Amino acid sequence: MHPVRKQRLYIVLFVVVFSSAAIGLVLYAMRGNINLFFPPAEVVAGKAPLGQPIRVGGMVVDGSVQRSEDSLEVRFELTDFAAKVPVSYTGILPDLFDEGQGAIASGRLDARGLLVATEVLAKHDENYMPPEVAEALEKSGYDHKGVPQ
Amino acid sequence: MWSFFHKLGSPPWLYGIAGSILRYLLPVTVIALVVGAVWGLLFTAPDFRQGNSYRIIYIHVPAAVVALAGYYVMAAAGAVSLIWRMKMADVAMKAAAPIGAALTFVALFTGSVWGKPTWGTWWVWDARITSMLVLLFLYLGVVALYEAFDNKEAASKACAVLSLVGMVNIPIIYKSVDWWYSLHQPASIKFTGESTIDSSMLYPLLLMITAFYCLFACAMLMNMRAELLEREAKTGWVRKLAAEGAH
Amino acid sequence: MYFDSLQAVLEMDGHGMFVWSAYVVTVIVLVGMVAHPLRRRRRLLRDIGGALRREQGAGQEVTN
Repeated sequence: MHPVRKQRLYIVLFVVVFSSAAIGLVLYAMRGNINLFFPPAEVVAGKAPLGQPIRVGGMVVDGSVQRSEDSLEVRFELTDFAAKVPVSYTGILPDLFDEGQGAIASGRLDARGLLVATEVLAKHDENYMPPEVAEALEKSGYDHKGVPQ
Repeated sequence: MWSFFHKLGSPPWLYGIAGSILRYLLPVTVIALVVGAVWGLLFTAPDFRQGNSYRIIYIHVPAAVVALAGYYVMAAAGAVSLIWRMKMADVAMKAAAPIGAALTFVALFTGSVWGKPTWGTWWVWDARITSMLVLLFLYLGVVALYEAFDNKEAASKACAVLSLVGMVNIPIIYKSVDWWYSLHQPASIKFTGESTIDSSMLYPLLLMITAFYCLFACAMLMNMRAELLEREAKTGWVRKLAAEGAH
Repeated sequence: MYFDSLQAVLEMDGHGMFVWSAYVVTVIVLVGMVAHPLRRRRRLLRDIGGALRREQGAGQEVTN
């Protein structure tokens, strides 16, 4: 290769490698802030700040959803299968919110460790299938991820 | 081999071959898009959890996939134009930028409209969505930077450097859902192992992804043809074309 | 076909607004993406052709 072109090639490689390294370091330094939510285990371990707006994400514990009879208040628990965080929320839940499904609640932790949520989002996984296929899977004793139940 | 590269550097040859490719590729692309969209919208079953809102996947995923791949095309053209000072690579880089911006916008918009009925929100600042927004600004930045310079050569250098620096964002977008806790779910189509989307839904999706790749190629060739005419307006072959009134 | 009627296609069990608005906006953007270079090329060819004819016209006047 022509020496001038070779030199330009090195400059291009230099630009790409060093800008990647710089951005990589910034992302590494900010890794805690890039996470959209805290898993329940970190909340229980006291890593989430009290009284400040945070998000907690996990699975809605089966059988934990309790709806108030005279208001829109809902109580449920979020788990990452290591710890559980109780959540209270007043408002309309997204259609996909359900027990055994992923959800992200944003709000503030009170002193008792209850998350008083102002917003609840449903998180869905990467599995897509027609209802009949899901039914057939369930009949043969598997959940929608193909894991035996 | 080298004669091919020499031809690539020849504007009239490139203009002609792009026209011949478009004559076949454009109709095929349009047919594939229509077939894929109708298949996905009307002939697939709804998802067992999301119902019919999941049908947005047939435009959201292809637009996002091709917007990411298109960035590599733009950055590669930028590198070639920087190192070899090849004019046609510069034409290719300038042609790719607005298409990438349009596809990134489509991915963001359809994602937002899909997020409302499934997640319960139009927008959330999670790693995947934010890095995709950065991609849109990178594409728009290249488009704007070209307009900002009067000197074409300086514009081409600045845009090439910007697109090369921005390349670091692409693996971040790909891996954002694995590296950080995000609202966005991981990929359903897997290159290794079994995809987590039922095959009846996978086939129309693969058709749409292929069609979007072809659409990117078509739009890019069309942009290059227009750009070539403008840059070569004073040369004999363009004057001949214009005098003939040929298309 | 999965749906029974045109009504069902438009409504999509309550998700019609979301699905159709996503598709309509996508079609508008993609058509614009292809139409823009097409119009630009036609305009360029017309302008260059026009300039060429004016040049030739001027040239003939001089020779006459």
